[in-house]
Amino acid sequence: MDYLIILLAAVFVNNIVLSQFLGICPFLGVSNQVSTSIGMSGAVLFVMTIATTVTYLLNEFVLIPSGLSYLRTITFILVIAALVQMVEIILKKVSPSLYQALGVFLPLITTNCAVLGVAILALGLENGSLIKAVFFAVSNSIGFALALIVFASIREQLELANIPKGMKGVPINLLIAGLLSLAFLGFAALV
Amino acid sequence: MGKKESTLTSMVLSLLVITLASGLTLGYVNDWTLEPKAQAKLDRKINAIKLVLPAFDSNPLEDVIVVKPAQHQDSIEIYPAFKDEKFIGAAVIGYSDRGYSGLVKLMVGFNDDGTIENIAVLEQKETPGLGTKMKNESFISQFRGKHPSSYNLRVTKDGGDVDAMTGATISTRAFGESVQMAFEEFRNYAEANYLLNQ
Amino acid sequence: MAEKTEQRQNFLKGIVKDNPVFVMLLGMCPTLGVTSSAFNGLGMGVATLFVLLMSNIVVSLVKSQIPDKVRIPAFIIIIASFVTIVEMVLEAFIPFLYEQLGIFIPLIVVNCLILGRAEAFASKNNLWSSILDALGMGAGFILALTALGAVREVLGSGSLFGWSFVSEDANTFILFILPPGAFIALAYLSLVFNRLTVKTS
Repeated sequence: MDYLIILLAAVFVNNIVLSQFLGICPFLGVSNQVSTSIGMSGAVLFVMTIATTVTYLLNEFVLIPSGLSYLRTITFILVIAALVQMVEIILKKVSPSLYQALGVFLPLITTNCAVLGVAILALGLENGSLIKAVFFAVSNSIGFALALIVFASIREQLELANIPKGMKGVPINLLIAGLLSLAFLGFAALV
Repeated sequence: MGKKESTLTSMVLSLLVITLASGLTLGYVNDWTLEPKAQAKLDRKINAIKLVLPAFDSNPLEDVIVVKPAQHQDSIEIYPAFKDEKFIGAAVIGYSDRGYSGLVKLMVGFNDDGTIENIAVLEQKETPGLGTKMKNESFISQFRGKHPSSYNLRVTKDGGDVDAMTGATISTRAFGESVQMAFEEFRNYAEANYLLNQ
Repeated sequence: MAEKTEQRQNFLKGIVKDNPVFVMLLGMCPTLGVTSSAFNGLGMGVATLFVLLMSNIVVSLVKSQIPDKVRIPAFIIIIASFVTIVEMVLEAFIPFLYEQLGIFIPLIVVNCLILGRAEAFASKNNLWSSILDALGMGAGFILALTALGAVREVLGSGSLFGWSFVSEDANTFILFILPPGAFIALAYLSLVFNRLTVKTS
């Protein structure tokens, strides 16, 4: 039951982008087409899940026992950066087609605050465990995908609309994101 | 500003140096901030206690008692306070999981006879502008001076004496439940120590 | 005095022409995430300025010693160290701000602004220019965050830097301290910024 709540919360109630403000850069930058959004979501799912697994274990078995919790930020970000490099190399060898699809987004993910953010948030789950943390990561990437793809679909339609000159670009995108966030606010009492 | 050549030795060496420098610096800053951090945590607690109790000259943090309320998972703390060696009251933590957005945690200051001196909100994530009004003077003032054995901590809608916050009945209920928990633990403590002055 | 004007431009560009938030769209996460009050926006801006300044200084000093292929990991270690220092100092000496900024403090390390300046500027310029660049960009960032925080606080809580000018029970425009309000407020603030800068250029 806990898991259902984690899933619903991550996707709807506390959506990683629209409610927690993590992952805004790719959200605004990559969402001009649905196809690229799907690619980015896949890459994020991949990296976020593996990263959270590694960082959770690192925290449990290395940082906490040795009292080095203050090195959390620095070790986590290095793990994520290294992971992204490794994923790129492995993907290139194992599945060139997948690499082609995801490839250009992978380096961007290192500075995606969503990945580091989720890795840190996963440590604070109630009655946490590795499985919960991983599930949390997967749920949040689904939430990220949902927000991104919905937003991209709207933006594709927006291309055809008549927007006042001053609002074009950043302002109208932020406004739409705001309306989307407002809509998601309606899920607040879901859990 | 030519770029340094990336041989394996130079790469490993430079990263090693940087990591070492970073590690040493952080270790040093950590040692330097360890005590202030612990002190800041204590200060927060003591300030909350001072806020909800009348004047005292003992150290409630030293006299703290930890109990686990019946049918609840997390334990709470009771901070008894003394003035001139006489028991003058206690700051007791009470909580409820049934707030609109989850946990509501309060510190309730009781006088030695069990009347409420003051209440401080420690934790809440209620809806801004609605449930968060539980921190407001206009809401808390109705609890001061009341004795929970004669003042029903339920909302008026449920037959109690508490005026609910507008549009935040659930938050009000959680608030009342937290105060009720604090009172019951206070009463258990006071009666067990023959300190209840009624 | 060509160098003086060049250095002046170096500093000023970060405030308006290349404002990190409104023009370069860097550091959006903290911009939206911590600006529910003016004080929080200011606090985050200052914390980010500190990290940006220190990392620009260090990168500029050691740039000739770092092999090209490992420069990104090297920059990350340097930046992350300063972020950790900020984390520890805030938790010890300004716990209120530490609690308000929450998870966005460690997230300063992935603020593309800082890595971006290290890569694009500090690794290619001398110490003094790098310092000015950091100060200018930092100032621009502080300006953007404080402005957004102020707008959201005034509309959403009826106060500014904690000074309330409405009664405790007044009904304020709460939307602005909730997530949608952050997006909407920034949207219109960007609009205003764009209009103002178009007029002067």
